[in-house]
Amino acid sequence: MSRISKDEVKHVANLARLAITEDEADTFTKQLDDIITYAEQLNELDTEGVAPTTHVLDLKNVLRKDEPKEWLNKEDVLNNAPEHKDGQFKVPSVLE
Amino acid sequence: MSLFDYTLRELQEKLHNQEIRVTDLVDESYKRIEEVDGQVKAFLTLNEEAARAQAAELDQQRGDSSAKLFGLPIGVKDNIVTKGLRTTAGSQILSNFNDPLYDATVVNKLNDAKSITIGKLNMDEFAMGSSNENSSYDAVRNPWNTDYVPGGSSGGSAAAVAAGEVPYSLGSDTGGSIRQPAAYCGVVGLKPTYGRVSRFGLVAFASSLDQIGPITRNVEDNAFLLETIAGHDNMDSTSANVEVPNYSEALTGDVKGLKIAVPKEYLSEGVSSEVKEAVQAALQKYEELGATWEEVSLPHSKYALSTYYLIASSEASANLARFDGVRYGKRAEDAETMLDMFKRSRAEGFGDEVKRRIMLGTFALSSGYYDAYYKKAQQVRTLIKNDFEKVFADYDVIIGPTTPTPAFKIGDKVDDPMTMYANDILTIPVNLAGVPGISIPCGFSSNGLPIGLQIIGNHFDESSVYRTAHAFEQATEFHKQRPSLGGARS
Amino acid sequence: MNFETIIGLEVHVELKTASKIFSPSPNMFGDEPNTNVNPIDLGYPGVLPVLNEEAVNYAMKAAMALNCDIATDTKFDRKNYFYPDNPKAYQISQFDQPIGENGYIDIEVDGEKKRIGITRLHMEEDAGKLTHSDDGYSLVDYNRQGTPLVEIVSEPDIRSPKEAYAYLEALKNIIQYTGVSDCKMEEGSLRCDANLSIRPIGQEEFGVKTELKNLNSFSFVQKGLEFEEVRQQKELLSGGEILQETRRYDEQTKETILMRVKEGSDDYRYFPEPDLVPLHIDEAWKQRIFDQIPELPAARKKRYIEELDLPEYDAMVLTNNKELSDFFEETIAEGADIKQASNWLMGEVSAYMNKNYKELHELALTPASLAKMIKLIEDGTISSKIAKKVFSELVEKGGDPEKIVKDKGLVQISDEGQLTEIVTTILDNNPQSIEDYKNGKDKALGFLVGQVMKETKGQANPPMVNKIILAEMEKR
Repeated sequence: MSRISKDEVKHVANLARLAITEDEADTFTKQLDDIITYAEQLNELDTEGVAPTTHVLDLKNVLRKDEPKEWLNKEDVLNNAPEHKDGQFKVPSVLE
Repeated sequence: MSLFDYTLRELQEKLHNQEIRVTDLVDESYKRIEEVDGQVKAFLTLNEEAARAQAAELDQQRGDSSAKLFGLPIGVKDNIVTKGLRTTAGSQILSNFNDPLYDATVVNKLNDAKSITIGKLNMDEFAMGSSNENSSYDAVRNPWNTDYVPGGSSGGSAAAVAAGEVPYSLGSDTGGSIRQPAAYCGVVGLKPTYGRVSRFGLVAFASSLDQIGPITRNVEDNAFLLETIAGHDNMDSTSANVEVPNYSEALTGDVKGLKIAVPKEYLSEGVSSEVKEAVQAALQKYEELGATWEEVSLPHSKYALSTYYLIASSEASANLARFDGVRYGKRAEDAETMLDMFKRSRAEGFGDEVKRRIMLGTFALSSGYYDAYYKKAQQVRTLIKNDFEKVFADYDVIIGPTTPTPAFKIGDKVDDPMTMYANDILTIPVNLAGVPGISIPCGFSSNGLPIGLQIIGNHFDESSVYRTAHAFEQATEFHKQRPSLGGARS
Repeated sequence: MNFETIIGLEVHVELKTASKIFSPSPNMFGDEPNTNVNPIDLGYPGVLPVLNEEAVNYAMKAAMALNCDIATDTKFDRKNYFYPDNPKAYQISQFDQPIGENGYIDIEVDGEKKRIGITRLHMEEDAGKLTHSDDGYSLVDYNRQGTPLVEIVSEPDIRSPKEAYAYLEALKNIIQYTGVSDCKMEEGSLRCDANLSIRPIGQEEFGVKTELKNLNSFSFVQKGLEFEEVRQQKELLSGGEILQETRRYDEQTKETILMRVKEGSDDYRYFPEPDLVPLHIDEAWKQRIFDQIPELPAARKKRYIEELDLPEYDAMVLTNNKELSDFFEETIAEGADIKQASNWLMGEVSAYMNKNYKELHELALTPASLAKMIKLIEDGTISSKIAKKVFSELVEKGGDPEKIVKDKGLVQISDEGQLTEIVTTILDNNPQSIEDYKNGKDKALGFLVGQVMKETKGQANPPMVNKIILAEMEKR
């Protein structure tokens, strides 16, 4: 039984904002299915009551004082912008 | 003999005694790059003009600087952000990212220590890969045999050191990306304890696993470099506020009474006989030096690969979402709508392996699958971490191979992601547990490719790792061998 | 069929810390685009967040003021979605362990008191600002990116648009009292999304809810919900069905307009933020913040009634607005009579503000000048009527009431001889009125007093005028 369908791959690609072709969808479906099938070996393990590890070190309460700092030269902000206008980043219309 | 056959300390002494100039070191780097990088392809971007200017400036002050890395030329992996110097992370999506606006914390530390950045080193795209074939630029070659891969993802960092282009470099390691190429290229590479080195300015792949670390020709240099880049950083919430010891002092050569654990899972099937033999010979050597070793078990090792791919890909799916063509990087031409711009910029800018992992991670985090995949993996991560804790309750270090086999041929594994992933099976558990691990040369295969020995320590105990590695290095000659790449060596 | 309305409100409040929540950029409103940004705010490769301690303190303060339980262990999560104003394509937010839970606000609608539950209050970062152009592109300004926010989610306890309005007013008032936010809707430091569903009375199950976005004032929230309530009722009564939609309120047509139909729920793929470590808030920390919370409206209202002897109505009106209430406190601290101060603030001052669309701090009037003016009334220097003239001067231009009175010659005439002279003249000229008064027409007295006031341009001391007229009429 496959773990991920081609439709799911397309859905996931859309969530991840990746344009994919039909051919790519086929290839990725096969490859992702292999990986997910392999990863299901984790189901062999009983993890009932095991706390998940998000941070490998037991750090807590890392905080910064509320002090504003200038960092960039204002004229550098748009340096790498693909497009800009009037000091702002320009993007195609969000309205579709 | 190359100037880079000296240790960093020896080079500093020569600079101090005015036997050589900083300019000579920088010349040596660029000359060697000129000679061999056409074959090795380790560098993506050179910083030649600035580096030469800086060398000339430092030469004016020579003798009166106590800066730790004064005048020493370094190569920096291209996922470490450098102000005003192009940073691509091996990806086309950042091919035009010429002015990253700031320096990574480690780069600030290198600059403060007055080292000289020679250039940016090639890598698998966004550090996703074990062979460097996922670089979206040229694939790096193994200096020992250019038909073979250098390992990855820090393939450029390891190959540049092995090929004598720079005496030392920085890499990053998420699942073995420093240790595996160090093993394949016959150099020394350390992944520090998670939190030991600031990640601020490291282009994130998997935030809970990534660490920057040094790649060098010998253990002493490695310790020397870690002393410079390690330490708490208030720009990185996950950086540990733990004192950085003087690692060089740990290099006593004495391992009498050292208790070594050898996990049986690390010498099981899948590990080639040549590699097993090299590791066994190394253990024999440690016995001769007065250490003892015992077989132990890290019972959840076989689950590490699955755990890693789920966690790393999930984190990556979010970390790589910012490459959307809005503020920097590549933007698809003539997109009519925002959605179209996002999708095409990312589809055109990312390579297949990156897309595969982004999709895997997106899937593992998506509604209805989170508990079964992402959370499950985090729980198994706890079990893997506990395995290490148990062993370190009784032993000083863990020793095994760095990789199951020596380097493989370019093109051998590109079509099968799962076989490719299996290369990292011995290095991944170390990242999951957050402990430090080093790879040092411990032999050569019948076809003349290096074999790496992996030494793993407890959290923040890089000192024991270095001491163990250094003692072996002192007792052997493997680290002194150099690849016979074309080009005359002075 | 009769329906019951169920309303839920999600309120976002910007916290006015000096710097942003995860980056040291200044947290400022109204600057030139992209001037308060650094690589962290721009989501540059390699940057990492570090949590601003004050943002946590402020969030805690807001949560405590809203009667929430404060989490001992809390953390941040990534909420993943692509949008140009969201530079990392994930927003750092709190998913399953919000800093505050199980709070409530007490409201009063048409004299009835009601408690509205608060499900949760969580911390997150604000996004940048997108401006749309008609020429097919949009512009992004990241100044706002990283402003600390708290999102406050109500329980489905609100049963009418009026209650929704009262809840929002009360919420805004409480937050303003804590001082952690200005709550200015016009500057976006308070924003509100509302959802509404209806169900036949007696039905347990909730109906399908529609969401209202881009609501620019509390009264638009109320009006939008009122429209939506009726629209849904009509829809159901005509046999239609309610779809899960996002709608906006059009201020011109006074209707809600469909923005998009939601298909399933959004998949934000929340997961714990690996770049930030968890927060452990111990009792000492909680206590320290608790001790900093100033007197809140409910307590202040109680004090006004019990200690200042103000009527409940006065206490409510004054404490419903922190600025007004603070102004009142300062005015009485300057020695003004309590009830007089209350009357002036609720009366003339409020009327002036409403008429001129101004807020208290925009007036030239100060607590000291108001107090002084009230004292001038009290000691008889000016009449209440004259005081209104002084007031209009004070409120427009400010100044010293005493000096205004003197410069404009507004001092009350309380000299008996002078007043008697004027009264005599008035009586001489109005014999009919004296006749009328003597025949029991009390109104005639009022007319005569009015004539005296007119003659003195309102400066005569009214009780004295009264007394003298009566005495003089006796004599005739």
